[in-house]
Amino acid sequence: MRYLPKSPSERRGMLDAIGVATVEDLFKTIPEKFRLRDPLKLPGPLSETEIIQYFQARASENSRGYTSFLGAGVYNHLRSVVTDALIQRGEFLTSYTPYQAEISQGTLEAIFEFQTLICQLTGQEVANASMYDGSTALTEAVLMAERLTSRHTVLIARTVHPEYRQVLQTYAKHLGITIREIGFTASGQVDRAALTSESFNDVAAVVVQSPNFFGVIEEIPELAEVAHAGGALLVDGITEAVSLGIVRPPAEADIVAMECQSLGVAPSYGGPYVGVIATRDKFVRQLPGRLAGQAFDAEGRRGFVLTLATREQHIRREKATSNICTNEALFALAATIHMTLLGKAGLRELAEQNLAKARFARTELEKIPGVRRAFSGPIFNEFVLEFPRSIKLINRWLLDDKIIGPLAIGTAYPDLSKRGLFCVTETMPRAEIERLVASIKRILETTGSGESKS
Amino acid sequence: MYPADFRYSKEHEWVKVEGSTGTVGITDYAQSELGDVVFVELPKIGTQLKAGQSIGTIESVKAVSEVYCPVSGEVTAVNDALSNSPEKINQEPHTGGWLIKLKLANPGEASALMDAAAYTAYVDAKAKEHSA
Amino acid sequence: MSEILKTEPESSELESGKITKARRHVSQNEGLIFEKSAPGKRGIELPPLDVPAVDAASELGRQHVRAEVEGFPEVSEIEVIRHFTRLSTWNYAIDLGMYPLGSCTMKYNPRVNEFVARLDGLASEHPYQPIELSQGVLRILSDLQKCLLEITGMDAVTLEPVAGAQGELAGLLMIRACLEARGNPRKKVLIPDSAHGTNPASVVIAGYEVQNIKSNARGQLDTDHLREFVTEDVAALMLTNPTTLGVFEERIAEIADILHQRGALLYMDGANMNALAGVTRPGDFGVDVMHLNLHKTFSTPHGGGGPGAGPVVVKKILEPYLPVPVVVEKEPGKFALDSHRPKSIGRVRAYCGNFGVLLRALAYTLAYGPGIRQATEDAVVNANYLRKKLEGVFDLPYPLPSLHEVVFSDARQKKHGVNTMDIAKRLIDYGFHPYTTAFPLIVPGALMIEPTESESREECDLFVEAMRAIADEAEKNPELVKTAPHSTRVGRLDEVAAARKPVLRWRP
Repeated sequence: MRYLPKSPSERRGMLDAIGVATVEDLFKTIPEKFRLRDPLKLPGPLSETEIIQYFQARASENSRGYTSFLGAGVYNHLRSVVTDALIQRGEFLTSYTPYQAEISQGTLEAIFEFQTLICQLTGQEVANASMYDGSTALTEAVLMAERLTSRHTVLIARTVHPEYRQVLQTYAKHLGITIREIGFTASGQVDRAALTSESFNDVAAVVVQSPNFFGVIEEIPELAEVAHAGGALLVDGITEAVSLGIVRPPAEADIVAMECQSLGVAPSYGGPYVGVIATRDKFVRQLPGRLAGQAFDAEGRRGFVLTLATREQHIRREKATSNICTNEALFALAATIHMTLLGKAGLRELAEQNLAKARFARTELEKIPGVRRAFSGPIFNEFVLEFPRSIKLINRWLLDDKIIGPLAIGTAYPDLSKRGLFCVTETMPRAEIERLVASIKRILETTGSGESKS
Repeated sequence: MYPADFRYSKEHEWVKVEGSTGTVGITDYAQSELGDVVFVELPKIGTQLKAGQSIGTIESVKAVSEVYCPVSGEVTAVNDALSNSPEKINQEPHTGGWLIKLKLANPGEASALMDAAAYTAYVDAKAKEHSA
Repeated sequence: MSEILKTEPESSELESGKITKARRHVSQNEGLIFEKSAPGKRGIELPPLDVPAVDAASELGRQHVRAEVEGFPEVSEIEVIRHFTRLSTWNYAIDLGMYPLGSCTMKYNPRVNEFVARLDGLASEHPYQPIELSQGVLRILSDLQKCLLEITGMDAVTLEPVAGAQGELAGLLMIRACLEARGNPRKKVLIPDSAHGTNPASVVIAGYEVQNIKSNARGQLDTDHLREFVTEDVAALMLTNPTTLGVFEERIAEIADILHQRGALLYMDGANMNALAGVTRPGDFGVDVMHLNLHKTFSTPHGGGGPGAGPVVVKKILEPYLPVPVVVEKEPGKFALDSHRPKSIGRVRAYCGNFGVLLRALAYTLAYGPGIRQATEDAVVNANYLRKKLEGVFDLPYPLPSLHEVVFSDARQKKHGVNTMDIAKRLIDYGFHPYTTAFPLIVPGALMIEPTESESREECDLFVEAMRAIADEAEKNPELVKTAPHSTRVGRLDEVAAARKPVLRWRP
């Protein structure tokens, strides 16, 4: 077997050196009745060629050839080949967590750079080395707020990604945390008046997302004021990191939980992604996850080390800030490389292109009779439109044109049926936007009488 | 080595009683076991503590130690100098590295703890255990 | 940034043990990327906009527009390549040599796995696209599920948790849901004092209390006294098997019985599956729920700390509680994601898990097929070989038979003032990554060594040679060991100062 570097004679030699007759002797501590007699019934073994064939076959059974207008937390953005060329280097790909700093300086310096870039993007003071993804980062940010305030209620906007809220629910259920949801207004933003009228007794955090699930940008400074007035912290989730190229960063938020998938990480059917938490310096001891800090050796040479490790599970065990051990390091590195490639000007231009593309698409779609803007608030690259027919129906027709249409948000928001969430990034050619518009126009015209496709 | 006017707990905390005020810290043995202190978490002034209750934690790079109050009382002062200079706990565990001062609930309580001689013997026995 | 050239230590110091595996070599210096930044440079050029440009301030409102990202680097493509390439050369990696890290299972990360993960049609898929257009993705997940169930002997599986720790949490939440359905979720989870730190941390998040139980004198679970500990308040025992000492818990079936008789469940931490795959199945010896670390046994790359995946396999009684969504095969060849599971513990992550990692694990499993047993056997042979060769040299506190890892202690070397961390640092000069020093807690001064099946006899022999040389140095020249490493770009870094006054980001 090509992954095993031993010849039969070497195996024999090693068994002799150990002093046993057969390898079976080494498994004697496993009670005989539990030792398998027969090989497992598994597919394979496959050669490299066959493995590739298997996966190529699977790859042809998905959405190749379709144009997708989906976003909702997972975004199609450009990715440079430089990123993969670098993260595929064995010294990055196959290296371990940098607990032994002297031979992990590459990883540690890159983490330090990641932490810095995230602070610069989000307007916060300190960031960690990554969490699993945006949804779990948001949950951990809430738990952090709970520890910091010693309060146990959370006010969360319904405009936060539904699956993010579900994850919080799963974790919060057994930690004695009460969750109350706050609705939204016609602008598509969280209802600030409703929020202000809530009782803030025992409220640890107000949790929002910006741009939110509907693509609308929230009024972060005003929300921070309301939260702080009530003695709570403001936690802001960000699913579309590219928005920070043009949208004002949430500097007034106390804790930011961001998903960095937009920054050089493939959609890959949901993962692996890169979550991160950024916050104020004063909260750093409650920040979960690894942290890389600057340090010096006896000769005065600068290096980097994992630091403040006493927050973490391997030291604090049951009193740790989190149980996180493995994180998303390789893809945080990908995001770091991507951010440095884009640079200041590139990120700005990228964000501006997204703004332009989304606006163009929305304008053209709104020209279709019967199609209306669902919310009035400012958007980045996602928007919700209301249609005269069900989104599921429209999408079924769109598939015939090899278009994957908007996300029907009526399932997650029963009060918002017939509304679709579109995402249009810099990768969407104008011709495809125009094709989408033409298709929808045609679909609405031909199904206008209420007939549905059988 | 261990001040004669202090009393000592099994968890390696010391208390110095002066009238109805108690000063609490950790012993030289405790600081050497812990290693270089990097951070100290102390209670707020006004906190009511019972004997055996946790005061907070002391962190080194590789470990965290819970500190237990050897006597009962109300916190009247905390050693603010420790936030900038946590190393005082290593350098002056019995003087400059004090942790909190208490208004003692029961000034007689401390006499139930070990005196300097008993604590020295206790620590010597522990040291032998470790090198065995 | 210039670096001061220091006089190099005498080569004889470094080669006192005649280091065979490694030699010093010039590596490039490199500062932080921010230090190379200058206005006007960029690494990516975008295609031109084919729609009308918009003015951000008019579109969003001035209050929503940011100033430029202050301090964000401005560098060219070549500088990015050089920067990160140089950084990479400062790392050790599996591709370079053995990581004897106990409990981490640092095995070869097959390259074909990287290739297939990047295929267009796999890397490009969106988790919300129509199910009819995701059949290839879902079949990969379904095939992986079948393999994991076959390997572990369990009944059902969730692929959603993205790390072992998250798998632990999901497993514990399922236990809670199951016991709650029976009328009483109970209060505590028993954890041996030899456990990995994520175990107690996960227990707390699941809303349970940790009860530590002492291992017996042999470093195993104290089965004789287990009955006393399993009260009506105990929901589960969280056991690692083989233990973190690398020893199989021979009485595991009895342990499972004791728990089951009292209505409690047996959770197995599957981090050490590399000793069991193809040889025995946890489902056969009474385990109710177990997580797997795909970045350990299943070869997915560590990548400097992640990503991982922590699927959880369960017995039928826990199936109703699996997190949503669950990958199902509705009819042969037609796959779907089932989110309508009323008893589910809920969602532990958005979307459905680390697909890219799961895919790699399947590629690994397909490469071996039923021959996966050979990998397990080789891993166990390697560990026992190292044990045999180092037994006389290092103290072996728990002399029970080892499976895939062995734990020594630094007791002998301590006599000369040299501890496990010193030995570990000196091992770096010999061209290896250190073994695990931080746990298990029941062995003070532990040297936890797991070679995995990816190591050749040659690499094993080099490791033995290095460890023996260091043991010798510990006796004859302890200072050399205590001040190691001597050959790295930086020496031991002042972690105390770094923790007292943390500097966690660059500032101009």
